Amino acid sequence: MSPAIQMKSITKTFPGVLANDKIDFIVEKGEIHGLLGENGAGKTVLMSILYGLFQPDEGQIYVNEKQVTMDSPATAIGLGIGMVHQHFMLVPSLTVAENVILGREPTKDKVLLDMDKTLKDVKASCERYNLEVDLKAPIYTLPVGVQQRVEILKALYRGADILILDEPTSVLTPQEAAELFRAARALKDQGKTVVFISHKLREVLWICDRITVLKRGKVVGTVRVEDTDLGELAKMMVGREVIYRFEKKPINGREVVLKVASLKALDDRGLPALKGIDLEVYASEILGVAGVEGNGQSELVETLTGLRKSTEGRILLNNTEITAASPEERIRLGISHVPEDRHKRGLIPDFSVMENLILGSHNRPPFARQGVILDYKETSSYARKLIDDFSIRTQSEETSVRHLSGGTQQRVVLARELSREPKLIIASQPTRGLDVGATEFVRNKIVEMRDHGCAVLLISADLDEIWALSDRIAVMYEGKVVAVRNPQETNEEEIGLLMAGGKSG
Amino acid sequence: MAEGTEEKQMEAQGTPKIRSWLKSGLQSILPQIIAVFLAFLVGAAVLLATGHSPVDAYSAMLSGAFGDIFGIGQTFTQATPIIFTALAFSFASKCGLFNIGAEGQLIVGAFGAALVGISFSGLPAFVHIPMALLAGALAGGLWGFIPAILKTKLGAHEVITTMMLSYVATYLTSYMVNYPFKAPGWVAQTVPIAMSAQLPRILEPTQVSASIFFAVALAGLTHYTLQRTTFGYEVRATGLNLTAAENGGINVKREMILALVISGAIAGLGGAGEVLGVHRRFIDGFSPGYGWDGLAVALVGALHPVGVLLAAVLFGALRSGGMTMTRVTGVPLDIVVILQALVVLFVTAPMLIRYILRRGGHKG
Amino acid sequence: MINVGLFAAAVRMATPIVFASLGGIFSERVGIINVGLEGMMLTSAFSGVAITFFTGNPWLGVLAAILAGGLLGLLHALLTVKFIGNQIVSGTGINIFALGFTAYMSQVLWGSRGASETVQGLNVVAVPLLQDIPIIGEIIGTHTPLVYLMLIITVLCYIVLFRTPLGLRIRAVGENPAASDTAGIDVFRIKYECVMISGMLAGLGGAFLSLGHLNLFAWGMTGGRGFIALAAMIFGKWMPFGAFGASLLFGFADALQMRLQALGLLPPQIILTIPYVVTIAVLAGVVGRAAPPSDYKPYSKE
Repeated sequence: MSPAIQMKSITKTFPGVLANDKIDFIVEKGEIHGLLGENGAGKTVLMSILYGLFQPDEGQIYVNEKQVTMDSPATAIGLGIGMVHQHFMLVPSLTVAENVILGREPTKDKVLLDMDKTLKDVKASCERYNLEVDLKAPIYTLPVGVQQRVEILKALYRGADILILDEPTSVLTPQEAAELFRAARALKDQGKTVVFISHKLREVLWICDRITVLKRGKVVGTVRVEDTDLGELAKMMVGREVIYRFEKKPINGREVVLKVASLKALDDRGLPALKGIDLEVYASEILGVAGVEGNGQSELVETLTGLRKSTEGRILLNNTEITAASPEERIRLGISHVPEDRHKRGLIPDFSVMENLILGSHNRPPFARQGVILDYKETSSYARKLIDDFSIRTQSEETSVRHLSGGTQQRVVLARELSREPKLIIASQPTRGLDVGATEFVRNKIVEMRDHGCAVLLISADLDEIWALSDRIAVMYEGKVVAVRNPQETNEEEIGLLMAGGKSG
Repeated sequence: MAEGTEEKQMEAQGTPKIRSWLKSGLQSILPQIIAVFLAFLVGAAVLLATGHSPVDAYSAMLSGAFGDIFGIGQTFTQATPIIFTALAFSFASKCGLFNIGAEGQLIVGAFGAALVGISFSGLPAFVHIPMALLAGALAGGLWGFIPAILKTKLGAHEVITTMMLSYVATYLTSYMVNYPFKAPGWVAQTVPIAMSAQLPRILEPTQVSASIFFAVALAGLTHYTLQRTTFGYEVRATGLNLTAAENGGINVKREMILALVISGAIAGLGGAGEVLGVHRRFIDGFSPGYGWDGLAVALVGALHPVGVLLAAVLFGALRSGGMTMTRVTGVPLDIVVILQALVVLFVTAPMLIRYILRRGGHKG
Repeated sequence: MINVGLFAAAVRMATPIVFASLGGIFSERVGIINVGLEGMMLTSAFSGVAITFFTGNPWLGVLAAILAGGLLGLLHALLTVKFIGNQIVSGTGINIFALGFTAYMSQVLWGSRGASETVQGLNVVAVPLLQDIPIIGEIIGTHTPLVYLMLIITVLCYIVLFRTPLGLRIRAVGENPAASDTAGIDVFRIKYECVMISGMLAGLGGAFLSLGHLNLFAWGMTGGRGFIALAAMIFGKWMPFGAFGASLLFGFADALQMRLQALGLLPPQIILTIPYVVTIAVLAGVVGRAAPPSDYKPYSKE
């Protein structure tokens, strides 16, 4: 077997982080090779080096047994390497065809764009690889699964023989993921080589021939799929048994904390995003909202927190009408929000830890005397207490939040939101991008709040998370709640079907 | 003795928080200081290239600015309105807004104060002066309110609207003082304000007026407001991360409107100070560009009150020294504007200074 | 008061704004806000007159203007792209620099801060066939060459942006620099090129003001047109033909203002505010509905 890719002794450091530590990585031609590791293990960095986005500090790269210097994506593309990134590298306002040819555009008379040839060439690629897409559609009009197809098409159009897929299923329904796997196998049959980056054990076992496990920047080992199993891989990945089920106290009492009736709202472009949401969350329960991103979840969260005006319908918190209440009022009435993008929405990077910890309560006693003058002593002591309670790893409460790690930053957000003793917690993708340790911490805290009587609305694209935490599961599709199920009375297949808009049997 | 124990000893004596505060403060404005130095360097090159001696020019500036009581007086007189416009720009900046129309806000504030100054007589000074100052602040505030509303309700970028309003302010007040409020005579100006509206001079025989006290007080007040009040917290949060501030329940639109209004009002007060303390009437074109000076000073002062005050004195010195320089050496006064621009450009990118330092270090 | 001559004047007065707004488009489409258009225009206006003064050839002056604009564009690009500086501060610095530098050099060269000596300007050209068309011919048949250049360049800008690979890449870089990078495009080089082009276009605008219109340089002669051009760009939704149309509107306001002054119906200062008030009104009525082509965040690989 000849190696398509060989990476020897690759080392890469970023400020404060050793992302890749003398990594040896070999991919045989024509295989599907899984690169497995938890978030932050260094998988994406390694592949970005292979794709020419970063330069390694040390190490060599061999493509088809010839040593190369991968100084830019153009070089990688020229060598037949294509990468489908986790966050799509597509230009929203350009069409599919324009996105595919970007960087190697066919020209008429060397000056003008030749769109006829473009369409012809790209169509040929589509047919060859059996990928169906509307070439003239602007990217922003396409659903996420189709956009991914465009990304794959892009790589293949440029003559990729080696395809790197970075966490490709994070945005897909189970059914779409199955389709992706079919496509990957078809590519393998055509002689292509595939590297499959993931942190999802089951998928990697399902689709790959061999798996390399990374942990904290180092290679733990490479195994053949036949020779290993879920448990062993998990141990390799994390070093200990990973808990995926939570012990939860049984629910007593059924008071409705959050009631949403026929809620409608528009998205940023003025199109209907919420088409009549009906929803109830009880005290002491976690209602998990499953659904592929882009089906209205963000707009739902924004309408519930007051950042977006609804056009119709009502929202009631403990029987109080809050449909028109301001975000500030809703915080006062007991709604806490762990936002999905902590950098953008959750924290103010240049504020200190303590300043971030009082955001939302900053104009109330005890942090503000008479609501006007900030009381730094009170704020400091409150901050110190929270730093303790939530094990926030920081030099002091005055450190700027920008300098903290992702997991620590999420702890700050959690500490702030959960310590307000809320009645309702809206948690949106709370463990995205966090390593296993931080993920467990967050999930434990959420369950803790639930046990103490809080109502939790959990929105997550991670089905494992929904399964692990929810008392009831609601499925969102195209702006509506299409079903609410008890986890004991359903299975992943049914949920996946509902997420994709199918009707359950 | 280990450093830690020494610090602890000092802490016990109560001195050192100020020491370390000063030290970290100095470190953080090092780029600004270097920027000023580099600006003067490039300015010297410009002078040389056009046949002038930088040494002569700069020394004339220095002696003009600080050489005698008149020079010092001019320096502080020029510095005063600059402090106001710098604070105006800084305050809006903290909310993430670029108010480049401080010049216009200063001018309308000046006119508003002049109007009150000339329209009433027989009032006691402790009534007339605050009235006039209030008029100045209101006028400036209005000039900040318009772009604020346009931005929050309609999304119009404040860089363009404040700039446009500056032009409108200049022409509108020019009209006022050429027609309805024109005093008899050649010059486009109003009649003098009433005695009761005059701000006292505090450094005879120079023109330095009590306005400078207001300026310094305002510097402290804005700093305190921003750092120690909930309103200031909300302003800063909005400026640093609008989305997160919204998620924290802050009404960002309200903050932005208030920030621009206050910003305009501060500039307006500066204009009022000029009218009530220095010129004692509104003169068409009285501002040689204090708005732009303020912008440069705000950037050099790193938006911090102490920095702003120091930088304002520097720029005031540039202006007053500049006048002497022109008289003595014949170098056109506009070299001062060039120096200001160079300072702004060098301060634009902190990475630039670091780059220059590294290059300089390697060569040296 | 309203006659064909007014419209001809509108086209004339629109010319510098068209150039500058096209420049703005190139810069913003690649993700760099350029508020320094005003300063670039002013410096170019001066450079054009200065070179013409020494060489007697206004076309060399035009060349100098383009060069000056391009250099300042390079400065802006360096500060904002390489050194990741604040785009608005950089542009403002360029504006202040232009004011000081041109006034200073005016005094050095001509001993006067207010206005330079008159120089040989560009001659008005009568386009033979065009001139004979009734009404339209009077509006656009007889102008200085820069006006016709403006029309040609507007069309060229459209073609480049929407019909060439370069234009595709420019739009991609502004909207999603990461995607462009991974597609193998040199993001930084495209940004540099576009910002320099924006400076050069502003330079043409400045050349028109001094050489194609007044035949001299006067302190602050751009009078805010660089900012008005930004408004035109926004009004025109960052499209060349849209900016052209918007600039015509502003050119009309400018021409109207001059006509009104000549008629003496209102005090000159009031009339002078017209273009600025119109700009504010346009911005108020139009923005919010127009989405910019980029988020203007600086791009770094890590």
